[in-house]
Amino acid sequence: MTDHLDLLESHAIFILREVVAECEKPVLLFSGGKDSAVLLHLAAKAFAPQSLPFPVMHVDTGQNFPEVLEFRDQAVARHGARLVVASVQESIDRGRVADPGPLGPRNRLQTVTLLDAITEHGFDAAFGGARRDEDKARAKERILSFRDAFGQWDPRQQRPELWQLYQGRVNPGEHLRAFPLSDWTELDIWQYIEREEMALPAIYFAHERDVVRRDGMLLAVGPFVEPRSEEVVERLTVRFRTVGDANLTGAVLSSASTLAAIVDEIALANVSERGATRGDDKFSETAMEDRKREGYF
Amino acid sequence: MKLATKDLLRLATVGSVDDGKSTLIGRLLVDTRQLFDDQLDAVAAASEKRGVGDLDLSFVTDGLRAEREQGITIDVAYRYAATPTRKFIIADCPGHVQYTRNMATGASTADLALVVLNVAHGVKEQTRRHLCIAALLGVRSIIVAVNKMDEVNWSESAYIAILDELNTLAHELGFESVISIPVSALLGENVVERSSHLDWYDGPSVLQALEGSNAGSWSHAGSGARLPIQWVLRQNGGGRTYAGMVNGSTLREGDPVTLLPANIETTITSINSGSGPRHAATAGLSIDVGLADETDAGRGDLLATAPLPTVTKDFEATLCWFGEQPVRAGQRLRLKHTTKVTPARIRELSGVVDIETLRVVDGSQLATNDIGLVSIQTADALVVDDYRDNRVTGSFVLIDEVTNATVAAGMVGRASFL
Repeated sequence: MTDHLDLLESHAIFILREVVAECEKPVLLFSGGKDSAVLLHLAAKAFAPQSLPFPVMHVDTGQNFPEVLEFRDQAVARHGARLVVASVQESIDRGRVADPGPLGPRNRLQTVTLLDAITEHGFDAAFGGARRDEDKARAKERILSFRDAFGQWDPRQQRPELWQLYQGRVNPGEHLRAFPLSDWTELDIWQYIEREEMALPAIYFAHERDVVRRDGMLLAVGPFVEPRSEEVVERLTVRFRTVGDANLTGAVLSSASTLAAIVDEIALANVSERGATRGDDKFSETAMEDRKREGYF
Repeated sequence: MKLATKDLLRLATVGSVDDGKSTLIGRLLVDTRQLFDDQLDAVAAASEKRGVGDLDLSFVTDGLRAEREQGITIDVAYRYAATPTRKFIIADCPGHVQYTRNMATGASTADLALVVLNVAHGVKEQTRRHLCIAALLGVRSIIVAVNKMDEVNWSESAYIAILDELNTLAHELGFESVISIPVSALLGENVVERSSHLDWYDGPSVLQALEGSNAGSWSHAGSGARLPIQWVLRQNGGGRTYAGMVNGSTLREGDPVTLLPANIETTITSINSGSGPRHAATAGLSIDVGLADETDAGRGDLLATAPLPTVTKDFEATLCWFGEQPVRAGQRLRLKHTTKVTPARIRELSGVVDIETLRVVDGSQLATNDIGLVSIQTADALVVDDYRDNRVTGSFVLIDEVTNATVAAGMVGRASFL
């Protein structure tokens, strides 16, 4: 019996194998979030019993949740992968980007760090865990998405992508982004994680945490979020629906402490995952498109 | 609660610019409550900002800045929907002739085309072109939403007039299932709920037609089992397995297979998939297989069960040309077919399709968005089926050797209506 998760899994594995076969030097972008965890899990399946034929790269803003870094190192070790860390702090230290200050947002700076690392290592393809249901600009993007020599995405000039004939040829200096999870929804991701009994960072499961209410989000009090004078610190039972920078990613009120409970919660959600939790998408109407054009994930 | 897995339908919208494709999809998604609250709020805010009313439904899928500024769809938007009976992957395609390549992208993986027509304008050239491409791409079922019925005072005679023209075209193109529905996407009449303005119409709403459609999954085909080899996996302790995605009919453990183009007969000894070993694999599954005999099979080779595909370096095909420059016979290109990439040449251009008449006429070149009949010559042998028998082994793309852009969609053989 083949169900829709088998078909989504098969499609993703097909894309992973196709890009590895056609490109010289791919890399898998790994944030430690649920989508990149699924992507790494699928990559391991695609090439088993051999080891991964590409390294894993974390673009590290230095503003991570500690649980996510811990998970990153465990996941990389479990799959015997080689980890490349591209550091936003180093980009700041080298003067490649302006220093936003110790608590300032670093989300947009990641693009420079990412593109510099792609150039430095000579990667010609980067796998990402982005899904089309996440955002209206991502809904428009090809599975193999071409980036010019400046790392830019041009949504008006995308290559036709017919059938499953993914063609990954680029000239030197250009690269591809490849999104094997394009057709997965958030619910598919959670059903798959449940089916595969995958490990995830602890912050995805309900726990008690000190939070403040800021910009319509529940932000976790910690090294990157200091309560402001007018803010009240509350201890609430929360979990995270997405993983981004600690100062831009909101928690949601939830008592879901198991994968089964999370699947039930997502099936009934009436707010989107990024709408509920992501400050980086709230800068403007087309925040994701604008960042993607510059070369963002 | 254990969520049941549901049957999946892939559909693409087709039709001319401004006939209301994006508005219809927006309406369908809003009225079936597929949008999250914050997404609906964002569409309302964008509509207000651009002065286009309370809720411009086309903004649900027209998510790019330029699309919202110009009020047109530039590229395909993929949306995912689920109703109690079915899951849907919706490709909302652009109607503008300049973006025909993007429409073909959306339609190439669709089981069903949702055709949107403006009742006051009838079947425009671009509608004919889209329907012709959808038919070439192997879409067999269409649902025709005759839109903007509110603008003709819900007139049955206006609807019938359009339908006659459309049905003639659909018949010529050989669609097997044609369901037509009078709608107003703007007002939500006959999209999800049946309309009260259309007492002369007693058929389904668009949603009811989509839920009831039996358009088959695109990977089901009339050929034998095919496994284009993507990658060779070395197993612990020696031995190799051959990885790829099955298409055509089901591949089973113990099946006698032929390795092509080398023409070596062997047997499938094991099948492994993402969820472990299995005895059989249906189309669409990524697997790796063991073979009974030592072979030097590799990427670009293909394992097949009978009836076997054709091994060829010269074959007839139908092309949809998307290159910005016209193409003539003699042009050298790169060709990708299954997992094989080879230098290729258009040996002969034997005709160009006249979209108005659907006749094949003489021509010396294919301009952007033209459809033509060609003979293709390749440097390496390909293992092909006729596109009508198999959408995977029957399809190929042509690639510009300088820019690496995909410049044509190719289908092996000739559609019956040409």
